[in-house]
Amino acid sequence: MTIRDILHETYGALAANKVRTGLTMLGIIIGISSVIAMVAIGNGAQSSIQSSIQSIGSNLVIITPGAQKSFGGPSQGRGSAQTLTVDDGKAVQSQVSSISGIAFDVTAREQVVAAGTNTNTTITGTTPSYTTVRNVQVSDGAFFADSDVATSNKVAVIGPTVVTDLFSDGSEPVGQQIRVNGAIYTVIGVTVSKGGSGFNNADDSIYIPYTTAQHYLTGNQYLSEIDVSAATAADTTQVQNDITTLLLARHNISDPTKADFSTLNQSDIIATASSVTGTFTILLGAVAGISLLVGGIGIMNMMLTTVTERTREIGLRKAIGAKKSDINTQFLIEAIMLTVVGGIIGVILGWGISFLVTKLGIIQSTVSMSSVLLAFGVSALIGIVFGYYPARRAANLNPIDALRFE
Amino acid sequence: MIKVTDITKTYQSGDVAFQALKGVSFSINDGEFIAIMGPSGSGKSTLMHILGCLDTPTAGTYFLDHKDVSKLSDDELADIRRDKIGFVFQSFNLLPRTTALRNVMIPLIYANEPEEKREKDARAALAAAGLDERYFSHKSNQLSGGQIQRVAIARALVNNPTMILADEPTGNLDSRTGEIVLGTFQRLNEALGRTIILITHEPEVAEHADRIIIIRDGVIVSDTKNHHKRKANII
Repeated sequence: MTIRDILHETYGALAANKVRTGLTMLGIIIGISSVIAMVAIGNGAQSSIQSSIQSIGSNLVIITPGAQKSFGGPSQGRGSAQTLTVDDGKAVQSQVSSISGIAFDVTAREQVVAAGTNTNTTITGTTPSYTTVRNVQVSDGAFFADSDVATSNKVAVIGPTVVTDLFSDGSEPVGQQIRVNGAIYTVIGVTVSKGGSGFNNADDSIYIPYTTAQHYLTGNQYLSEIDVSAATAADTTQVQNDITTLLLARHNISDPTKADFSTLNQSDIIATASSVTGTFTILLGAVAGISLLVGGIGIMNMMLTTVTERTREIGLRKAIGAKKSDINTQFLIEAIMLTVVGGIIGVILGWGISFLVTKLGIIQSTVSMSSVLLAFGVSALIGIVFGYYPARRAANLNPIDALRFE
Repeated sequence: MIKVTDITKTYQSGDVAFQALKGVSFSINDGEFIAIMGPSGSGKSTLMHILGCLDTPTAGTYFLDHKDVSKLSDDELADIRRDKIGFVFQSFNLLPRTTALRNVMIPLIYANEPEEKREKDARAALAAAGLDERYFSHKSNQLSGGQIQRVAIARALVNNPTMILADEPTGNLDSRTGEIVLGTFQRLNEALGRTIILITHEPEVAEHADRIIIIRDGVIVSDTKNHHKRKANII
């Protein structure tokens, strides 16, 4: 038999009962498409989480003060202590190698007043290097300069959320004046929206020189955060370790567990998030894989029914000269055809689902070629595995018994 | 040329052995038209299965065209069936959902004949079996009982077999259509010299053959020339 003949017979047999063929194929279609869509969504979630972590800065190491501790009194929580100084920051800048940028931060939450409106927002006192270290871009006007920091100028760069809150009438914010804690600041720039929400919303913030913040808002010389940008992603761990060693020495602390500051490494966050989303993807894939297995069993079920139904046909074919291998091939190809056609439709459907998910803005899903190839290979394999037993059963039928079968 | 010698067939079912054939011998020359007749349970079906290479005898020899086919494997038997035997069954003769032409081509497909030859031979066989050309592309469920048997006869002819083995070919047909089918066999035998073995339990059907072998309880009780050959009455 040529391949053409086998395909001809296969098509005839599958087309004979279109509803049953379709329903059986549906099992494979659902299995394959869910594998592809789930893995695509999982991958999408992974890269979306990674990029949102990446957006807070590049190769970032964040140093925050430890908890304020008083003897017998309640702990104020991490970050509340006044242990980080500008000198600490300068020491890190000069003594730790592989640093591409550093920003000193002083944060406070204040009521902000503009012409006729007011809002409550985060005031971030910082240095101009904040724009590179924390990936903040200015869309309108400019970020303040080192000279503003040196002279504690009352200039402010405001986030897009603050613009909406204070200048909802559409007036140009740059050049306007806002009042924070009794002092008047001139708006010199507006940052580009980074998205995000919640307490750490970069869009809902006002950036002023950190010296200004120390003078007019906190009234002391301490920093609430130091952001360090390592030269490369591979350097972040080394930079983090060097900073810890340096600050421990500067603060005269010998036991690292008693450190009065803490450091956070962006690579660690990404690695953790990736492993979480990776597990999530595997879980989704596994659930989808189970549905693929169920689909495969559906194929076997149909093929066994078909073999019983077509017992006389098999007997007739054998009587007129079909060998065992001819019958075996025919039924195996039928099963493989079912799964491969189901697989193709499933790939298209899975692709469509992930496209739709992306289009609707739910998640930026990415269909990987490897998952398509895998799904396709698996579907063909399922055809072979679940078609093998029914095909063997057909091939081993005794022609006499098969011809007599009622 | 067929020569069977002392063929026995024993079926073992648990501890009970049943001997369906108890030593059967005869030979058939090319171009003969033979009827093998016997009541049900006589062993004629067993004999037909052995003659048709669907089964092998327990003992004895079976020479088909000077080749001993009594000890072949399943796949070797399949080759013999494909090349040397044409079957016409009582019912379920054709593949469902398949055109008359394609049904006739099936043995040639299994024989790996080239496509052009298949179609040419199949058309010739259908014409020889007397099926009108307009039915060639009809599917098997669109054909009448008589037409189905003609297609089956064409399929039996198409691989140029040593013999055509017909198992109760008129059993499912009304007498008029049965006559047409028997007439087709007679014509194939007389005009084309085909060897035909007709298995039946009906004496009226057997009388269309030149020679009648009667089998009962696993042995041949008579093997005679039919002096009153009935000419099929084709209107």
